[in-house]
Amino acid sequence: MKARDILPLALLLGALALTPLFASNLLLNFLVSALIIALGAQGWNLLGGYGGQLSFGHAALFGTGAYATAILQTTFGVNAWVGFACGIALAALTGWMIGFLSFRARLRGSYFALVTLAFAEVLRILANAAGFTGGAAGLLIKLEPSFANFQFASRAGMLWVVLACILGVSLLTLWIDRGRFGAQLVAVRENEDAARALGVDVLATKLRAIALSGAITGAAGGLYAQNFLYLDANIAYGTWISVEVLIAAIVGGLGTVLGPVVGALALHGVGEVTKGLLGWMTGVDLMLFGVILIAAVAFVPAGLVGALRRLRMRRATP
Amino acid sequence: MYSLAIIAEAVVNGLMTGAAYALVALGLTLVYGVLHIVNFAHGALLTCAMFAVLGMEQLLGIGPYAAILPLALLFYGLGYGLQRFVIGPSSHGEDRNTLLVTLGLSIILENALLAAFRSDTRSLGGEMGFDVVELGPMLLSRPRLVGCAVALLVAALLWLLLARTDTGRAIRAVAKERFGAQLSGIDPRHIFAVTFGIGCACLAVAACLLLPTFYVNPRVGNAFVLVAFTIVVLGGMGSVTGALLGGLIVGVVESLGGLLLGESLGQLGIFLIFILVLLFRPTGLFGARA
Amino acid sequence: MILLSVEGLSKRFGGLLAVDKASMAVPEGSITGLIGPNGAGKTTLFALASGFLEPSAGRVLFAGEDVTAEPPHRRARRGIARTFQIVQPFQGLTVHENIAVGAYLRHAGRQAALDAARAVAEEVGLAPLLETPAAALTVAGRKRLELARALATAPRLLLLDEVLAGLNPSEVRDILPVLRAIRARGVTILMIEHVMQAVMNLCDHVHVLAQGRMIAEGPPRAVCNDAAVIEAYLGHGAAARMRAEGGAHA
Repeated sequence: MKARDILPLALLLGALALTPLFASNLLLNFLVSALIIALGAQGWNLLGGYGGQLSFGHAALFGTGAYATAILQTTFGVNAWVGFACGIALAALTGWMIGFLSFRARLRGSYFALVTLAFAEVLRILANAAGFTGGAAGLLIKLEPSFANFQFASRAGMLWVVLACILGVSLLTLWIDRGRFGAQLVAVRENEDAARALGVDVLATKLRAIALSGAITGAAGGLYAQNFLYLDANIAYGTWISVEVLIAAIVGGLGTVLGPVVGALALHGVGEVTKGLLGWMTGVDLMLFGVILIAAVAFVPAGLVGALRRLRMRRATP
Repeated sequence: MYSLAIIAEAVVNGLMTGAAYALVALGLTLVYGVLHIVNFAHGALLTCAMFAVLGMEQLLGIGPYAAILPLALLFYGLGYGLQRFVIGPSSHGEDRNTLLVTLGLSIILENALLAAFRSDTRSLGGEMGFDVVELGPMLLSRPRLVGCAVALLVAALLWLLLARTDTGRAIRAVAKERFGAQLSGIDPRHIFAVTFGIGCACLAVAACLLLPTFYVNPRVGNAFVLVAFTIVVLGGMGSVTGALLGGLIVGVVESLGGLLLGESLGQLGIFLIFILVLLFRPTGLFGARA
Repeated sequence: MILLSVEGLSKRFGGLLAVDKASMAVPEGSITGLIGPNGAGKTTLFALASGFLEPSAGRVLFAGEDVTAEPPHRRARRGIARTFQIVQPFQGLTVHENIAVGAYLRHAGRQAALDAARAVAEEVGLAPLLETPAAALTVAGRKRLELARALATAPRLLLLDEVLAGLNPSEVRDILPVLRAIRARGVTILMIEHVMQAVMNLCDHVHVLAQGRMIAEGPPRAVCNDAAVIEAYLGHGAAARMRAEGGAHA
């Protein structure tokens, strides 16, 4: 890896890590929620951006990570960190199973988007009806701040944990981006038949991508559970999570390491500002997200990071 | 155990709901068949149409059945404009982008309605919804019966339009061979927009038929989108008769599922059908094998 | 040794028998041609040999082993590489990245794969265009890219589906020595080709497919004078007419 690749990552995450020195709790709360989405979007990006498989149902993975983390603690008394790790593993498994079913059936494009959406909805309805998820009333994790419980008295603790996850995933993404698996994944996105002819096992490549994607987005779900200490089916498996990670990745830049992080921060920032200005209009921030999605697809297909890169290149070669 | 009469009533009720579903699905399948995209904004547009029906009644005093024609025309225009000036240009001709743009549209519409009407649930009110017809041992809702008849009529008209008119031929030509059609002087952008307009007009009619027995809130469309997708997939993407039969099947399954398993699990049945069909029979029950 | 052999291979699409009990053998180290009129089933035969289609009947043997049930990526690993008649570049990637996807089959590391890709690019004359986006290549460039990617998988057998189609005569002339050099370093080539000048020039042995059946085989010159072949291309009775005309001119 070259310094040029690491530098923006180090600068951005370093600056974010220093925010607790001066920022208010309000700002830190904002950052934590935005960065949890950023992590989820990084997971989405691995499958959607690098692999070209647009999922409209990443809530299935986010929710599984969140519920597993929470239920293992509340019902089975498992340590929170262990629960978190199990949540990640279960989300990866969920991703793999959804992938196994749909990729084996050769679902692509709209069909894949639809079937992932349906999987997420099935899980949402089940979680809403089942007893062990707390049903419609939801699930509370007991407030007991300590490092061992994965709960922090100060906002900075959670921020640093989330940032550490993002750092880890960014390095993983960078490594993938530079290696054989990444090249094969992109080849599958660009042209499945050509990839197959060059010896790429298309199904295995997609399955690996969706399992990794599930692990990462599941981690975001687990962090969500630990941060808010409350879950219900409409939050964890809600359509909104699926849509938000997708928009963040697209706005930030598909198939880039930092795109999802930049996208999630920008999106959440814009959302907070509009809510502040036009808070009396319910849903105005979400309406704006829709506009941003269309505008990004229409005018900035490479996303914010892609546009910045192009700008820099244009300046470098006058 | 349930008596035969109750089950029969559930089946007939399901068929009637299914007819309205079929109408929603017809619009979707038509757009898919021609543009080869799944219109994710379909549900939100249906919600818009349902609010429009409500508005006609409450502001202008025009009842849902009288509103069918004006609203169909209005939504045809709306759909035409959306495709021609928003979805088409911003997708750069890539299916993937179209999918994302329609998703964006659905988010905008749904939240605009939420901002305007809050999340309260409304309905037309009045006695209309409780009007029943006695048929042997069964009590059938009159507005649903009317809805069923009109839905079948619209499906027949749509079929005629596609089979017999020049516009219909142009639509079928573009669906089959985009570039060939272009070479013979058809403007695909116009035909895409016309198709999208017809799809939206179907929604307006469906909204008029649904409202007497259904409630409205800004998210009600979501309930219908996946149902409509299920129908479209079940019937074979792009097939008109498939959408009709698929609609009826899903209506019955939902009605029986609701009776035997309770409301929320009845909905689960639809999703499961949807997933199973996509995984094992993606060309639909009646479609040819790919 | 026979590197690739297909035995009694048939492929049915609905009511159409695209390939009908075709058999052929490709000796190791040869350049073998597969010719035939349009719609004869040549590309289908390639798809069967490379695993993109499953045969309705018959077997495919590679280096003596039955590979009929193997998917394409496994056959690529064994050393069968194919190009597509309609070129399929990875549009969003550069030439270098395109070729590297092929090279990754044999090299796990990034640097090794990129080096191997560069070497292949030099071999086929794409070296100056390494950083060009694949989408920006000319037709001739794309054909070379198709060839380079397949070559980067370090194949034992190269299946070339009309790599010369769409090229002008000077571009064809440029690429012939490239193909000869590839064979010279031990890669066996089976090529579908319509450019007869190239077939005559390159191939040791030619098989002729018409309406899904093998109708002739032999050295290129002999095959071109075969009555059945002439009729397959030019229609029933053409051979007799040509002989008559040839006789009149003589």
